[in-house]
Amino acid sequence: MNPVEALKMALRALTSNKLRSSLTVLGIVIGVGAVIGLMSIGAGIQKTITEQVQSVGTNLIFVRPGAVNQQGVRSAQGSAATLTLQDAQAIAARVPEVVAVAPQVSFGGPVVAGSQNTFTQINGVTPEYFEALNYAVADGDAISQSNVDARSRVAVLGSLTTQTLFPDGDAVGQSISLSRMRFRVIGVLESKGSGGTGDDLVAVPLTTASQLQRGLTASGQTRVQNINVKVGDASQIAAAKEAIAVVLRDRHNVIGEDDFTVTSLDDLLKAFTQVTQIMSIFLGSIAGISLLVGGIGIMNIMLVSVTERIREIGIRKAVGAKRRDILAQFLFESVVLSLSGGVLGIAVGWLMSKGFSSFSSPTGQTTPVLITPDIIILAVSVAAGIGLFFGIYPASRAAKLDPIQALRYE
Amino acid sequence: MITTRTAVIQVENITKVYRMGNIEVPVLKGVSLAIRQGEMVAIMGPSGSGKSTLMNILGCLDRPTSGVYRLDGMEVNRLSDDQLAEIRNRKIGFVFQSFNLLPRTTAVANVELPLLYSGSKDKRKRALEAMARVGLAHRAHHHTNEISGGEQQRVAIARSLINNPSIIIADEPTGNLDTRTSEEIMAIFDELNRKEGITIVLVTHETDIARHARRIIHLRDGLIQREEGLGR
Repeated sequence: MNPVEALKMALRALTSNKLRSSLTVLGIVIGVGAVIGLMSIGAGIQKTITEQVQSVGTNLIFVRPGAVNQQGVRSAQGSAATLTLQDAQAIAARVPEVVAVAPQVSFGGPVVAGSQNTFTQINGVTPEYFEALNYAVADGDAISQSNVDARSRVAVLGSLTTQTLFPDGDAVGQSISLSRMRFRVIGVLESKGSGGTGDDLVAVPLTTASQLQRGLTASGQTRVQNINVKVGDASQIAAAKEAIAVVLRDRHNVIGEDDFTVTSLDDLLKAFTQVTQIMSIFLGSIAGISLLVGGIGIMNIMLVSVTERIREIGIRKAVGAKRRDILAQFLFESVVLSLSGGVLGIAVGWLMSKGFSSFSSPTGQTTPVLITPDIIILAVSVAAGIGLFFGIYPASRAAKLDPIQALRYE
Repeated sequence: MITTRTAVIQVENITKVYRMGNIEVPVLKGVSLAIRQGEMVAIMGPSGSGKSTLMNILGCLDRPTSGVYRLDGMEVNRLSDDQLAEIRNRKIGFVFQSFNLLPRTTAVANVELPLLYSGSKDKRKRALEAMARVGLAHRAHHHTNEISGGEQQRVAIARSLINNPSIIIADEPTGNLDTRTSEEIMAIFDELNRKEGITIVLVTHETDIARHARRIIHLRDGLIQREEGLGR
């Protein structure tokens, strides 16, 4: 019997009982749909996180102050005010792997431009900031060293902030006000394209920000909240982190616990990847259970179908069907059931993930979902495998029937 | 007597014993017979005489417990299930009392069925030709549940003819039909036998039907009781 005829035969048998066949297929549709949907959502989340991290740069190291320990009460990381501009300069001078060191102060505050206003993050930066954090200037200029030296009241806006404050365009040359002081906009940054997280900010010279914040240490040094350090290559991160820690311990006269922390996006990315992978496996196995239930449904229906068609099997055997012909006939039926469930399931999973991505964000920003070819290949082959696995027992029962008894069966 | 050379079916001392738990039930106790090419033979006997068992063995649906069965000179009593299936497909045509057609399927698709398992080409064309031989070409595309009993039996005969078998085995072919339709069906068998020289074995308990054969083999208690030649 050739496969085309076997397929036609299977389709004829399945369409002769449409309701039963479609309910059986539904079990697989739900299973495959769940697997596809959940896996693509997982892949989408992972991709978003990876992209966001990479838009900042994987060769970045962040140095932040440690926690304050006051009368036995430990405050949050970063609450201590131990890092200074001079620390940043020392890192730049003494750590050879370093390409750019960008100390930064930041605080949130209202920004007003004409009738528009927004509450955003205000970063006091040095010229290295733009290089270290991979910002490109779309229009105008970045903060220059002379701006920093002169404590100029100039600002560079993130692309999202620009859209908010200057919806009509042309921000460069306009003025904005921060903390009741007027700043001239000298530049606008290009979007990082990572969904807005790195695009809502106002960058001003570090010295100007520090004046706004009155951020001087007791010894008169300029306090910074963190130091962004860029190394030449991601492979140098470990060595650079160690070197930075040595420099800071030396400068801060650390005995015992460090009063700063050194982290890299690399660590962060690894942790996130691990979390999303565990999540994907977990969701996938829940979806896998529903696929298993669908497979059991196929086996159930095939067993019923074999029992109902014992007489037909007898007739086929009497006119010359061999065991493998009967086996193939019923296997084809179960595989056609599970494969059509698989194909429909891909569509359902796709819709499910689309639905998720449009509901997921209240800000109108969507989480992309990812249906990759390997997810589809996996789903189709798992569906076909389920059809074979759960179809083999009913089919071999049919194939083993004795023709005389089958012909006599009422 | 009949010579071995021209015999389509040659059975030598076959027995069949069924085992029910620990009890052995002998159904055939040593049957020998030969059926020549082009013969029409009836096998008669009351229920329990073993005629169904004999028919199953002759039709290669079952194997004898002992003895030798040659079909077209080939010893078939030791063949595997799949080999028997192939013999049924190519050398034997079945016509059953209850027609045994596939439901929800067209007549012509039923007739094609054996060709499906022999991998033949021109299935539709050959099936339509076979239907024409039993005078049913006009019903080819009707579903089997839409046609009368007599027509269903003619579909079954067309199906049995399709692979040009060595022998047609008809098991009570008129058992579910009225007298007039029975005569029509028997007329088809007569014609196939007389005009086309097809070998036919009729299994029946109706004397009227058995009279269409040229020889009647009477079976009783698993043995051939007597043979009756009809000089026609």
